[in-house]
Amino acid sequence: MNRRTALAGPIAVLALLASACTGTGGSSKGADAEAPDDPSGVRGSLTVLTHRTDLVQDGTMKKYAAEFNKTYPGVKVEFDALTDYEGEVKIRMNTENYGDVLMIPAVIEKKDYPKFFASLGSEAERSAKYRFTDYATVGGKVYGQSPIGVVPGFIYNKRVWSEAGVTDWPTTPDEFLDDLKAIRARTDAVPYYTNFKDMWPLTQWTNVNGSVGCDPDATTRLAEGDPWAEGADLRVADTLLYDIVRGGLAEKDPTTTNWEASKPRLAKGEIATMWLGSWAVVQMQDAAKQAGTDPADIGFMPFPAQKDGAFCAVTSPDYQQAVNVHSDDKAAARAWIDWFTDESGYAQANLALSPLKDAPLPEVLKPYGEKGVKLIDLDDAKGGEVKTIDNQSEVGIYKPDYRQELVDLARGARKGSLDDFLGDLGERWAEARDSLGS
Amino acid sequence: MTDTTRKATRPAPPAAPAGPERAPAPRTARTRRRLTPWLFLIAPLALLLTFTYAPIANMVAYSFTDWDGVSPELNYTGTGNYTELLTRSELFEVFFVSGYYLVASVVQIVLALYFATVLSFNVRFRNFFKGVLFFPYLINGVAIGFVFLYFFQDGGTLDSVLRLLGAETDHAWLGTPFSANTSLAGVSVWRYLGLNFVLFLGAIQSVPGELYEAAEIDGASRWQQFRHIIAPGIRPVLGLSVILSVSGSLSVFEIPYIMTGGATGTETFVIQTVKLAFQFNKTGLASAAAVVLLLIVLAVTWVQRRIVPDEKVDLV
Repeated sequence: MNRRTALAGPIAVLALLASACTGTGGSSKGADAEAPDDPSGVRGSLTVLTHRTDLVQDGTMKKYAAEFNKTYPGVKVEFDALTDYEGEVKIRMNTENYGDVLMIPAVIEKKDYPKFFASLGSEAERSAKYRFTDYATVGGKVYGQSPIGVVPGFIYNKRVWSEAGVTDWPTTPDEFLDDLKAIRARTDAVPYYTNFKDMWPLTQWTNVNGSVGCDPDATTRLAEGDPWAEGADLRVADTLLYDIVRGGLAEKDPTTTNWEASKPRLAKGEIATMWLGSWAVVQMQDAAKQAGTDPADIGFMPFPAQKDGAFCAVTSPDYQQAVNVHSDDKAAARAWIDWFTDESGYAQANLALSPLKDAPLPEVLKPYGEKGVKLIDLDDAKGGEVKTIDNQSEVGIYKPDYRQELVDLARGARKGSLDDFLGDLGERWAEARDSLGS
Repeated sequence: MTDTTRKATRPAPPAAPAGPERAPAPRTARTRRRLTPWLFLIAPLALLLTFTYAPIANMVAYSFTDWDGVSPELNYTGTGNYTELLTRSELFEVFFVSGYYLVASVVQIVLALYFATVLSFNVRFRNFFKGVLFFPYLINGVAIGFVFLYFFQDGGTLDSVLRLLGAETDHAWLGTPFSANTSLAGVSVWRYLGLNFVLFLGAIQSVPGELYEAAEIDGASRWQQFRHIIAPGIRPVLGLSVILSVSGSLSVFEIPYIMTGGATGTETFVIQTVKLAFQFNKTGLASAAAVVLLLIVLAVTWVQRRIVPDEKVDLV
């Protein structure tokens, strides 16, 4: 017995210590990372945290660093590639050691940006040159810059679609469903593949937001209205997904899907369509090369909805690069971000949209240019608020759960009607918004 | 327990000090003697405190805050998280899923007991079967999740085997909540059977051999041997297994998390907690949920010990 009491003391002390440990950092709030005037004068060594483990392993990032050193010879760049980027960086950000340059993890709330990152300049000044500045703007200052932009859309196998007799992009959800039915009837391909098991592909459906109504203020409307109101973008998207699964147009057993295996299957024409984004085109083309099929079969089309006779597609940023507010070499870090965004050619290498406003459209999006698809940049002023409501309500529009439930509902593994389901989501959303008092 | 340890740690009567010097003052000798076991314990205790108790204490501390997991700011919210948790009944609905695992663990204990008994007698290829049964427990849980994902896939291993046996099935094994939970519970049985089996086997083999001989001379059948020698002999281990199974069923995580991620009605309380903490950034609420789960498991164990007290078994 006496041993137990002897232990209780140290445990209590530890408990106090441990609780005192949280809540560190954020003391140097509001620092700026200013661009250096003289490239050759910049000295320092940088650690860049990145989620692109593939590019670090195959030496591509090293080549970028060597290229960077031609302009900035005094800066030593090292990369720290993290497989579970979100999870690991989130924990490291409880300390001050989270690299000099890093991608802003999605989990960080916008209002906390000034506590973690150094400012890159004012929104007014940066938005003239760059896209996506408002995604990282807090109080008029920009804290991050995405090196590439992506456009959501359906990746499809052109050969399969034309075998089914479809050559034009469908312009309404109903037409899209008819096309999938034609694919089911006339080919052996799975018309649509949900990637249910891997979860994140389902979250991509949220990127439909803005494409249906062609409204740059779509994010603000999420924050202020019911995302699942009649005719709202997310309702249209979720209804389409529901109808696809309900109509037996998706894979037979969604619970055991496999993302890596789905890529060659799409390339070979065993799968006809997947809702992803422009970033996936490169991966599918690689899969086609490996499978020995024609990479030119990989097509990309916008969400089947038109406003005033034109398709709309939303551009959105990838991970945004930022400077650690605790970094000792802020000037060097800033130089790296500027160089990587403006001059590295990273966006072109990834066939992605350049973050520079005056850059031409990438190869992947050429058909968009030809068919007059309108690219819109969403206003992200209320983006932080949407995330807060999303977490508070536990609805999770950026998380896979509710769409997995939607798919289960559609294939009868869960009881209920679509209207009730979406209505319930809307109610929870409204409740959370009201409780946040906005 | 305490008695034996104390005996073990007490050094043997002090050997006569070498040389003719005076013996050290009895007081210092006694303190040193009392200190020795603690010196040995420093390393394990430090590890235990750092990696077990400190995080738990930290978690309990978080459960009274609204911390989101990263923000440098956190506010003390008192018992707010616990109130929220206990007023949201839907958060406890997931315990129905534990029912599947509870049923599965009954199956698991019965099977383990059966195999342990059979293999404790002289059976051909005895050691081989022991290895086969224990092997799954050695495999990493994540690997098991992936292996069984292929197993249950449409046209996967299970379907192929059934087809070989002539049963053509088109069943999506993880497709409906009932089927998915049953399949997952089956995987859990496959994985943990080995552990129960080894515990039982060890207990059975610690029963002195003369007892069996005596029983055989008296003409006892195998069933009578089991009923009157083995069963009472392994009671403490059986009790332990039941406790482990119940607490295990309440806190299932690995297998469903990797195989379905909690989709299609397979979400358990721990998966839900992880989602609260890492998807919705409600670390405070999730910590409270973890504390509540700990209390539930403790309560269940306590009730169980009350109903089935741990008696001293004396076979001879």
